[in-house]
Amino acid sequence: MASLDPRRYGLAALAAAVPLAAVLPLPDFWISQLSYIGLYSLTCLGLVLLTGVGGLTSFGQAAFVGIGAYTTAWLTVNMGVAPWITLLIGLAITAVSALVIGVITLRMSGHYLPLATIAWGLSLYYLMGNIDALGKYDGILGIRSLSLFGVDLGQGRGFFLLTWAFVLAAAIALLHLLDSRSGRAIRALRSGALMAESMGISTFRYKVTIFVIAALFACISGWLFAHFQRTVNPSAFGLKMGIEYLFMTVVGGVGHVWGALTGAALTKLLDDQLQVLLPRLIGTSGSYEVIVFGIALVLMLKYQPDGLWDFVERRLPRANRAVDWADAPALAERAKPAHGELVLDVKKVRKVFGGLVAVNDISFQIRAGELVGLIGPNGAGKSTTFNLITGVLAPTRGSVLFRGEEMAGLASRDIARKGMARTFQHVKMIPDMTVLENVALGAHTRGHKGVLSAMAWLDTAEERALFKEAQRQLERIGMAPHLHELAGNLAMGQQRLLEIARALCADPALLLLDEPAAGLRHKEKKALAEVLRQLQREGVSILLVEHDMDLVMEVCDRLVVMEFGTLLMEGTPAQVQQSPEVRAAYLGTEH
Amino acid sequence: MDFSIASILLLDGVTNGAVYALLGLATVLVFTVTRVIFIPQGEFVAYGALTLAILQTGKIPGTVWLLLILAGVAALMDTAGEWRRHGSAGGALKAGLRTLAFPVLAAALTALAAPRQLPLAVQALLSVAIVTAYGPLVYRVAYQSLADASSLVLLIVSVGVHFAMTGLGLLFFGAEGYRNPAFWDFRLSLGPITVSGQAIIIAVASLALITMLWLFFERTLRGKSLRATAVNRLGARLMGISSQSAGQLTFAMAALIGALSGLLIGPTTTVFYDSGFLIGLKGFVAAVVAGLASYPGALLGALFVGVIESFGSFWASAFKEVIVFTLILPVLLVRSLTSAHSDEDH
Repeated sequence: MASLDPRRYGLAALAAAVPLAAVLPLPDFWISQLSYIGLYSLTCLGLVLLTGVGGLTSFGQAAFVGIGAYTTAWLTVNMGVAPWITLLIGLAITAVSALVIGVITLRMSGHYLPLATIAWGLSLYYLMGNIDALGKYDGILGIRSLSLFGVDLGQGRGFFLLTWAFVLAAAIALLHLLDSRSGRAIRALRSGALMAESMGISTFRYKVTIFVIAALFACISGWLFAHFQRTVNPSAFGLKMGIEYLFMTVVGGVGHVWGALTGAALTKLLDDQLQVLLPRLIGTSGSYEVIVFGIALVLMLKYQPDGLWDFVERRLPRANRAVDWADAPALAERAKPAHGELVLDVKKVRKVFGGLVAVNDISFQIRAGELVGLIGPNGAGKSTTFNLITGVLAPTRGSVLFRGEEMAGLASRDIARKGMARTFQHVKMIPDMTVLENVALGAHTRGHKGVLSAMAWLDTAEERALFKEAQRQLERIGMAPHLHELAGNLAMGQQRLLEIARALCADPALLLLDEPAAGLRHKEKKALAEVLRQLQREGVSILLVEHDMDLVMEVCDRLVVMEFGTLLMEGTPAQVQQSPEVRAAYLGTEH
Repeated sequence: MDFSIASILLLDGVTNGAVYALLGLATVLVFTVTRVIFIPQGEFVAYGALTLAILQTGKIPGTVWLLLILAGVAALMDTAGEWRRHGSAGGALKAGLRTLAFPVLAAALTALAAPRQLPLAVQALLSVAIVTAYGPLVYRVAYQSLADASSLVLLIVSVGVHFAMTGLGLLFFGAEGYRNPAFWDFRLSLGPITVSGQAIIIAVASLALITMLWLFFERTLRGKSLRATAVNRLGARLMGISSQSAGQLTFAMAALIGALSGLLIGPTTTVFYDSGFLIGLKGFVAAVVAGLASYPGALLGALFVGVIESFGSFWASAFKEVIVFTLILPVLLVRSLTSAHSDEDH
């Protein structure tokens, strides 16, 4: 863990400042303001995870706050249940609702979740406002305040401490989550499903998970809110409030844990000022502050989309991760095929797009330890073949046997789990993670600790093992000097090597490289060729799809040549170079 | 429930559904061309109805002033943008004036006409002109420079625009609601059912508008260019179709549809400054039924929403909104099961 990171000092400082604020002679008004800021922050922290990190969004967070508040209000007032138990019940109801909404919408493209949460927020609002048992629009009154071991925590400083204890716990849990195996998978969601899925990550599952976590944070906030106000009514949980939570988070900085706190504080203070100022300015009362909020939201997204906290974030020094995993145990490795054993057996695969036969009954084999090149002129069907093998596309017909098992029809993440690792023609990485973290993402399927252990900090042993492996793979291909650099700052050649290291981190039985030399300069190509030869010497089985003839001829054991979707020939580089058919395919024929 | 009640409810549902259909079509139109999920569609409805209501009282509606302010901001942005690109003061000024022309004309005519108590039809026409002028300006000011942002960012912008427009609606129209006079005082009795003139107008106007939209997209070059932009923005741009003017045209059409819907519902219900939101969202549910992609789908979805709503208000009037908006969940479930793949093109 990065011990010198100022972001962690910040949390420690906040943890110290909270009790200090409680004992200082601050006016009660400010203590109550700070409590509200804490309540909002809790909900906003969920949105940081969901929107800022995961790239999804919800306008229904206020509805989840409402579930937390109404559950405890109704149960404590009508049933006399203890508040600490109602918290658990509220969390359970919230989790189920979020799970249902998430499962329904998250298989489809990203904008259905926010739409569904708008509808859900509205219907819950009207539901709360029309059910007799919930007091209709008047709500539920006379909720008792919280106490712990006989100490009253319901009002004033006690409540302030309790709220901020929750906020701190949530912030710390979130920071740990983001810096973990699951966190790296969550951070991969925004760069599209393709890369994450081919690392063996179920993007759907992680999307549902972060939506549920965000909802749970909101629910806790609602539970606290109900016992602080001593009364609940639907107005605090309507769609307007749901939008305001998103506003707070966007203004503060939707990508940063600290942004949630900044945004909640600023919005609460601004809101109070505007609610007094605007009606006086305009002359009649009314919620005119929404005009300012609306315009501010549009301006923020136009000119400062990363939020106000980003100004601070950019000026903070970035500390390198402390390398504390030298003595960590090595990760378990899968049984590798013996040299010469059949690894990949492509049998008459065919892919038809409408009337076009992109891949026409292609067959070829790769044996363990071989470096096979798949070449062909533009439009020959190389990339489609690559996608058929890796499961991005399903073949129309034919079969792909990997170590004797049928792969055709499996999802790419399942194929990845079986030991096939790939790189991408257009580099896909997470630019704001370090090289080491990006490479550790490749070892996702070799770890097992989930979201909860990450939040509770129970995953450190496994994390050390994962980072040790990532470092080993980076050193293996000569990237040791770049461990702690941000991946986005790397040159093209280094990005390609990063992808190879990430693929190696999955402990693959077959490595598939999709045009790794594309866009590289001469020296970078030399370095790449050197890495490929080294991997070949180490006995790694590789399928290389490539345009660069020099590279292919130099490193490959055997070549498969495609033209117009069909297999043109197969042979050693020397045989291919001699072949008149291949020359004709690349250069055309004389008539 | 007997047959006559059922048929009254059905008629009521179809009438409301026709308005939701128009709004659903506008939502699909805006989304396919610009990828904007246009939450504030309903605000145009309220602005349209309330502008007419204020004109009825002989005063100048606040929307006129807001339009001038918005046009001023857009003109400044256009002038500055043109200046930065080409550096010619004349060209920059011309760009600004072009943006100002229509809004200022519409505002001036309305200001002149307001105290004169002109016939209802003229006032209706002026209201439509005013609100339609908002469309391109809203696109220019809020969305144009973000045209390449992800649809998530555009959605959040929409929410910001919705907030601002609702608040401004309160500022300009006040908290009080208005009910417009009927365009046609006519009642047709068909056995137990009475069809009001307004219901006939709603049905005819919706059908006419839908037919016109269809003709526009099928038969005109502008319509086809919008469709091309919807299919592939980059490709359309390479064919010389400006995605900016496509966006502005789309928003103008959305505003026009919104304003007309406002006039259609104005006589049937009391409209408040924030009424548009719920009405717009019902159009939205209809559009979601259609997967935000199909026009006939949105039409069917809207009729479905309208009928569900009217039967819902008969059986459980307090819960009619709950029923309509919860409906979106099973609809989405069906969509998610039938379209198994997730298209992640951010």
